[in-house]
Amino acid sequence: MAEREPIIELIGLGKVFESKNNYVKALEDVNLTIYEGEIFGIIGLSGAGKSTLVRCINYLERPTSGKVIFNKIDLSELPERELLKIRRSMGMIFQQFNLLMQRNVLQNVCFPLEIAGVAQKEAQKRAYELLKMVGLSDKAKAYPAQLSGGQKQRVAIARALATNPKVLLCDEATSALDPTTTRSILELLREINRNLGITIIVITHEMSVIEEICSRVAIIDESRIAEVGDVEEVFMRPKSKIARKLIFSGVNHIEHFEGEDKCRIIFDGRTSFEPVIANMVLECRTPVNIMFADTKDIDGKAFGQMVIQLPEDESSKKRIFAYLETHKIPYEEVI
Amino acid sequence: MPAIIAKGILETFYVVLVSSFMGYAMGLPLGILLVVTDKEGIAPKVSLNRGIGVVVNILRSIPFVILMVALMPFTRFVVGTTLGPNALIVPLVIGSAPYIARLVESSLKEVDHGVIEAARSMGATPAQIVFKVLLPEARPSLIMGAAIAVITILGYSAMGGFVGAGGLGTIAINYGYYRYQVNIMLVTVVILIIIVQGFQEIGNRLSKRADKRL
Ligand SMILES: Nc1ncnc2c1ncn2[C@@H]1O[C@H](COP(=O)(O)OP(=O)(O)O)[C@@H](O)[C@H]1O
Ligand SMILES: [Mg+2]
Repeated sequence: MAEREPIIELIGLGKVFESKNNYVKALEDVNLTIYEGEIFGIIGLSGAGKSTLVRCINYLERPTSGKVIFNKIDLSELPERELLKIRRSMGMIFQQFNLLMQRNVLQNVCFPLEIAGVAQKEAQKRAYELLKMVGLSDKAKAYPAQLSGGQKQRVAIARALATNPKVLLCDEATSALDPTTTRSILELLREINRNLGITIIVITHEMSVIEEICSRVAIIDESRIAEVGDVEEVFMRPKSKIARKLIFSGVNHIEHFEGEDKCRIIFDGRTSFEPVIANMVLECRTPVNIMFADTKDIDGKAFGQMVIQLPEDESSKKRIFAYLETHKIPYEEVI
Repeated sequence: MPAIIAKGILETFYVVLVSSFMGYAMGLPLGILLVVTDKEGIAPKVSLNRGIGVVVNILRSIPFVILMVALMPFTRFVVGTTLGPNALIVPLVIGSAPYIARLVESSLKEVDHGVIEAARSMGATPAQIVFKVLLPEARPSLIMGAAIAVITILGYSAMGGFVGAGGLGTIAINYGYYRYQVNIMLVTVVILIIIVQGFQEIGNRLSKRADKRL
């Protein structure tokens, strides 16, 4: 990936919402480069500025400072008319799907083509192709109200891809879906990225979504980018406080065990999970408490993390750390 | 007598339908303009929005009987007389247009903001959003609104009886009010009730049939 071409560059991007008795800095000095063909994640807590950030990327929201460069074009210099055209090369999907409820599935997918002035016959042909790709050929004549959440999001994806965009922006696209459906939608996004080469920007508040499909991630906290990097790197060695917090979301109950030393072990796929803990217990001759585990087995390799409670005495603790180090298992102490 | 009532019914239908049609010809664009130019709308124009809002509110606060009388010179100018069904249509259109504008406004504002956002993300122009998103998505609600508008216009039209506009209103007032023939008044009132029920029922059914949300 040496010759990666940037497709989106955000330079010193800022957005202030100002009204009579209100002043909200939603984005402050955001600098990001997103490369062609990657799946880039943006994660942050609710209210951090994620939606504002994506809406600035396609200029649904005009930034109050800084620049958005898309495909080498500075969007701030474009007249409204040109912006409308640019938006056709950036598809967007949403948490609430935002389908037209009075149009059937086929008509929904045809909608952006209609907007772009494509002849109806041609538009329908394209729409059928897209519906086939998202696995909903048989639902062409159904109305959105007759579909499940996952199916609605598939229609929305087909619709967003109708105009052959270069980029797909996903704002909390799986946040209204159950875990199984989430996985299947993420799988579809991955296929789209792989087969069509479309750059995907995934906005989420869930670390699991990032882990599942993103190659790089930016962490946004209180309107600013706190950390950017490869997902594995950020996941294994989070630098910012907010990154730790997000990685540990769902592990909140650990805080109840105050005073106990804890250790987070990271499985990066080099090891398989069971022998690690079992051997560690045997070799170190000390039992450990597993307080949290979020691991996945992919082809016999373990991915994910585990939090264990460390024994009280220092020598056992040292033995455990030594074990982890000699086996090159990434870990960190959690205080 | 039945012949008089039949003529009254026909006149009433004529007045109500023509007024509704023309009321929508004015009120629908005004309603769209109110939504589009709103400060949260797709093409905000705050001062224009406020201007239209004020005119609409003023017209709506004038009682219809007064509006009817006040507009008489204008009515004579337009249709050449202040008597008969055609003369009643003029104040009905002017009185109902702002009401229709508000009905349309509230129907269009029910459209989910996210859908508008999605259309914008596809590069839709404000005009495309109005004609391809707002109006079609609000269709069931617009139809319900139309039933309300038609029924309101029917109610106003009965007041035309006081100025000799013809229709069921004139019959009810001439026979019931001035000549104390209560039976005839009751008959016309019952007929009005049936017409109102009819319009409402038609509105309900059309709206339900148009709605794909199930
Ligand atoms: N149109 C707006 N007007 C005023 N404030 C806004 C507007 N949109 C977002 N905000 C504010 O900007 C901040 C970031 O919001 P948002 O981007 O929606 O966050 P997120 O998507 O991460 O939850 C919040 O404080 C929110 O209240
Ligand atoms: Mg958001």
